[in-house]
Amino acid sequence: MHALANPARFLRLARPATSWLLLIGLALAVAGMAAGLTLTPPDYLQGQTVRILYIHVPSAWLGMAGWLGIAGASVSQLVWRHPLAAVAGRAIAPAGATFAAICLLTGSIWGRPTWGTWWEWDGRLTSMLILFFLYLGYIALASAERERGGDGRMAAIFGIVGAINLPIIHYSVLWWRTLHQGQSIGVGGSSIDNSILWPLPLTMIGFTCLFGAAVLMRMRAQLAEVRVEARMRRMSRS
Amino acid sequence: MNPWPFVVGAYAVAVALTAALLLWSLVSMRKAEAAADALRRE
Repeated sequence: MHALANPARFLRLARPATSWLLLIGLALAVAGMAAGLTLTPPDYLQGQTVRILYIHVPSAWLGMAGWLGIAGASVSQLVWRHPLAAVAGRAIAPAGATFAAICLLTGSIWGRPTWGTWWEWDGRLTSMLILFFLYLGYIALASAERERGGDGRMAAIFGIVGAINLPIIHYSVLWWRTLHQGQSIGVGGSSIDNSILWPLPLTMIGFTCLFGAAVLMRMRAQLAEVRVEARMRRMSRS
Repeated sequence: MNPWPFVVGAYAVAVALTAALLLWSLVSMRKAEAAADALRRE
């Protein structure tokens, strides 16, 4: 991590990585979605709506992984004073919020034909909605701190405290058994048949690469803005 | 209930929001890096 503390070194790696992540992400996400829509059989219980799985699960994973990234960057900022940590946190937040929103919307669309309702205040849905609001809060706090010339310490503390919601989301289907189904994919395997499951890794890796590309692009934009601000300050002094 | 409008709707939402995020990020990056390069050349 500290090898990347130098922004110039980070940019040397980030420039080619952005293009590669975009290309690989687009190829895998499109292939996974096409396969999920056309090549897999309908589920014996859910029918055709099971196809929403291929976009809903990656978005849920990225919504949660995004906040884990913010929490990691926040620890790195507060403990090791990593110069890129605040930049990374601010870059991850809009991407994480977007995927949390996709998760909520696709879940709601899945719920209507499957459960007979667009929304239910069950543990998983409510904790995911809270995660989306946490993202909005983090974005607002980090922007306000940056505008006032702060070091982003408040946003970092918020990022760490907000991580409490992650285990709540994960275990919500075990703690409160309501409408949302239990965990069907775990470390030990999956209860979903392989004939339905196989396109999921394609969309999981594909959307993760696209998430990474979006984060790198936003980090590069922020670093360029910092360079412009620094040069403007130097020009106004001389 | 015909499930296909729900399936297509869910995919449309996912593709539209992901594309919007990527485009927004790309445009912000291009604009900021162009401004930084232009200032450096001055």
